[in-house]
Amino acid sequence: MILRRLPNRPRWDWRDPFEELERMRRHMDRLFEGLSGRLLSEPTAGVFPLVNVTEGSDNYYVRAELPGVKSGDMDISVTGTSLSISGERKIPPEDEKANYHRREREAGKFSRMINLPGQIDTSKVEAHCTDGVLTVVLPKSEAAKPKQITIKTS
Amino acid sequence: MAETDTKALKAKEKREVSAPAESTRPGPTFTPAVDIFETDREITLVADIPGVKADNLHIDVRDNVLTLVGEVEAPEGQDEVDVLREYDTGKYLREFKLSEMIDQSKIEAELKEGVLRLTLPKVEAVSPRKVKVKVE
Repeated sequence: MILRRLPNRPRWDWRDPFEELERMRRHMDRLFEGLSGRLLSEPTAGVFPLVNVTEGSDNYYVRAELPGVKSGDMDISVTGTSLSISGERKIPPEDEKANYHRREREAGKFSRMINLPGQIDTSKVEAHCTDGVLTVVLPKSEAAKPKQITIKTS
Repeated sequence: MAETDTKALKAKEKREVSAPAESTRPGPTFTPAVDIFETDREITLVADIPGVKADNLHIDVRDNVLTLVGEVEAPEGQDEVDVLREYDTGKYLREFKLSEMIDQSKIEAELKEGVLRLTLPKVEAVSPRKVKVKVE
């Protein structure tokens, strides 16, 4: 079959009818990325707290912004490949005669489970919360650490 | 659906603003959530600014405008690669107009667990005073 390309019309490749749609979707993604100015990797789970997971050579790092949450009100537990963060943000009540002009902060319970990309050593996990930012350091299990393989030449 | 005592917190995206003047350091600028309430003697402002250390917090009062700036250092180390990024870190900025009834020399600030508490005492002579009218 001979496909003739008409002038001023997109080429219609019969092998992949979705290519055009795919290209449009990527274009829209980039448009929205530009609007919001942040990485549009995965859609957010919409669950509190928002977390950032990063990977170093020996550890995974999970960070969450939890202002005003005391360590006693937080519960962190790990299994082989997932981390669970739950707790409650409390806002202590003020003077009852106080007259509120603005009320933007919220209090309540939260619970979140995060899947990690690889196996971790659960016995060596550390967590600390400073200035309202929770940082959990999860060392990778020995099997998951990258190992250099020397190439033997003969 | 049964009513529960404490509702679950919903995730909220951080509110990003375009800073009025270009900042010396690159990065986004966010508006922190604040609660403002007033009693007879003072106005209190409580703001959520996680990641800001006391050294990086600047509170400026000038021409009846209170400016809060909190710088945040990116916590990630050099060798870390993003696996999942749901929020960005950047500085916090918010400005408020103060009325003349605030005694600007007595403003106090306390920063704990990423929460800033600013106490703005009112000027002493603001309590309503009755004025006696002399009748000839």
